Amino acid sequence: MSATEEPTKLYAAREPVFPKDVRGKFRTLKWAIMLVTLGIYYVTPWIRWDRGPALPDQAVLIDLANRRFFFFWIEIWPHEFYFVAGLLIMAGLGLFLFTSALGRVWCGYTCPQTVWTDLFFAVERWIEGDRNNRLRIWRKGMDFHKFRLRVTKYAIWLAIAVATGGAWVFYFADAPTLLTNIVTGQSDYVVYATIGILTATTFVFGGFMREQVCVYMCPWPRIQAAMMDEDTITVAYRDWRGEPRGHGKDRDGLGDCIDCNACVNVCPVGIDIRDGQQLECITCALCIDACDDIMEKVGKPRGLIDYIALTDEAHERAGNPKKPVWKHIFRPRTILYTVLWSAIGIGLTVLLFIRSEIDMTVAPVRNPQFVLLSDGTSRNTYDVRIRNMTHGDTTFAFSLTSDEALRLELEGVDGLSVEVPADTTHLQRVYVLAEPGSTAADAERTDLRLWLEDTNSEARTHQDTTFFGRDME
Amino acid sequence: MTDDQNKHPEEQVLMEGDPDTTGHVWDGIKEFNNPLPRWWLWTFYATCVWGIVYTVLYPAWPLLDRATPGILGFSTRENVSRDIAEFDAMNTDIRAQLVEVTLSDVNPTDTPELYNYAINGGAAIFATWCSQCHGSGAAGVQASGYPNLLDDDWLWGGTIDDIHYTVSHGIRNEDDLDAHYSEMTAYDEILSDDEIAQVVNYVLNLSGQAADMSLASAGESIFLDNCAACHQDSGMGDQFLGAPNLTDAIWLYGGTPEAIEETVRYSRFGVMPPWSAEASDAGRLSEAEVRAVSIYVHSLGGGQ
Repeated sequence: MSATEEPTKLYAAREPVFPKDVRGKFRTLKWAIMLVTLGIYYVTPWIRWDRGPALPDQAVLIDLANRRFFFFWIEIWPHEFYFVAGLLIMAGLGLFLFTSALGRVWCGYTCPQTVWTDLFFAVERWIEGDRNNRLRIWRKGMDFHKFRLRVTKYAIWLAIAVATGGAWVFYFADAPTLLTNIVTGQSDYVVYATIGILTATTFVFGGFMREQVCVYMCPWPRIQAAMMDEDTITVAYRDWRGEPRGHGKDRDGLGDCIDCNACVNVCPVGIDIRDGQQLECITCALCIDACDDIMEKVGKPRGLIDYIALTDEAHERAGNPKKPVWKHIFRPRTILYTVLWSAIGIGLTVLLFIRSEIDMTVAPVRNPQFVLLSDGTSRNTYDVRIRNMTHGDTTFAFSLTSDEALRLELEGVDGLSVEVPADTTHLQRVYVLAEPGSTAADAERTDLRLWLEDTNSEARTHQDTTFFGRDME
Repeated sequence: MTDDQNKHPEEQVLMEGDPDTTGHVWDGIKEFNNPLPRWWLWTFYATCVWGIVYTVLYPAWPLLDRATPGILGFSTRENVSRDIAEFDAMNTDIRAQLVEVTLSDVNPTDTPELYNYAINGGAAIFATWCSQCHGSGAAGVQASGYPNLLDDDWLWGGTIDDIHYTVSHGIRNEDDLDAHYSEMTAYDEILSDDEIAQVVNYVLNLSGQAADMSLASAGESIFLDNCAACHQDSGMGDQFLGAPNLTDAIWLYGGTPEAIEETVRYSRFGVMPPWSAEASDAGRLSEAEVRAVSIYVHSLGGGQ
């Protein structure tokens, strides 16, 4: 590096992006997805679902205080958390599947960052006009007109941000009650802090950070490169068809690209797709819509910019027609992901239907392992947690089966039945006794099975455990 | 797909418009020397400012004997004290109820709230004050004569009121005049070796263990003359005197011939401090706490 050369700049200011409005099938699809995803997000907490008097009537509710998750007719208790784990694994595998098949389709269509940024762009376009207007406003100095537009834009953004942060908390408490409390200032500071933080992140990420979140903050663009291969469909420019690019009516020696920059102007991350695959590209496909529109106007075939795979280049350069998309999508890798995804989905569904409404966990008390009673009887103690997931008060009866003679007793209760109120758990201390001199009393260990029966429905559940006797060796 | 990619990485030509590289090469992958976004720099400065402000507001810099207190006066110890005071205030009512209630009326069916409070609170009190001798599982330590509280054999009675009395006043202590007091004579110099052997075998036979029957039958009169005053003619003991039942399977100090002989010759005593602060100055627990731990012990499987 010579002394006259300017030293490399270590920091660079963000280049603002002013995407132009565009119409086309992918734009329409994106509007539809935005409507559905935002609709689900804002509306879901307000859907009611009657579960009877003892339980909340909110269709989707994460009840942290009572440790319950309600999803329409499904109710998840903490001991069934594997359902949540399973859903998370399915979500992960689903992302793998879609990324290996369709590249960054998550980023381009459904990622909250993309959806809200898109919404914020729409507001910006509505207030300040399309790309050229916005550029002009950005360049000119502050005056009343610019100030008024800015304030209006920020106010609408802020309203969207508050609604976004506000909607989040309704998933964790009864929505109508919480709304009343929030408005009247009676809610806990945690509620206001959560709304505040999510409002701030929505406002800043959607209004100002935008593509910077994807490029610099999000780990997903880096990770998904590992899931893409040469058959993955991504947004790309057919440079073998477009190059050499050039303006003008005289197309001798020129490709199909008329270098109109439509694809660059609509890009929400501010790149030129004609430079090839880039880390910044979220494959939102708006450049496809823009280019297709131009190609139609100049009377060329659509698809100069298109969803294609890496292998298509060699294939099409050799003069072959375009390969159908499904030939890229159906390949061992995507089929494997689909099979794994479906297997977990089917497994969870089956589990959901066969799970019992009564459940118990048996924790043997091993401090001490056994207690000798005055008549020589050996006694083991078990702490049994009964979960009554039926929606009624239920009497549960204990019994046990074992190869050896053993007897049951309950602490604090005469007989072998306990009543557990609806939708609660009950901790019962259970004693298993072996008569003096019996096989179980003198053996080191004896297997036994504890049974719990719902005396109303006669449904039964069991847990295997062990009885420790005096080892008489 | 140019020839460039087949060249050694350091000879590869960059594309037009690409920034310089850092000069680092890993397995042929070069690193562009892109500038960092400026907001990133500002974020870094913001975290520095945050860090400095934090150390001013909160306890942070270590000094010789403590840390700088911070101008907000935050203290985790104070938070803990405040939390404890908060919970104490929340529990005032239920503690008052526990003190008022007749102990034998507390059970999981009729008074579930009170029962649960007593069991959970009692477990914590037991772990703090009782587990040193009786063990964390309340199984006692036979080698030291700390009784097992899980079984159905009680020196001083196993009803909830008996347990409450024992916890309140303790055993063989000078601090509480109402403490239980048991006294066993050391027979080493009173009985001959033969007599001791005879009475040991008699006691072994009482509890159904293998014994020399000729010695045992000779021991009966010795037992009736010397031991029955406390242990009763039947050998079943007397909970009023703290005299253990000798006919059952449970031995506080061990039921082997050697252990029984040791007990007969030199006698054995247990001690326990009084816990009720109301009954004596040495007591450390409030009446509500004594009652909670009594209910807890009563629920461990031996309560009568």
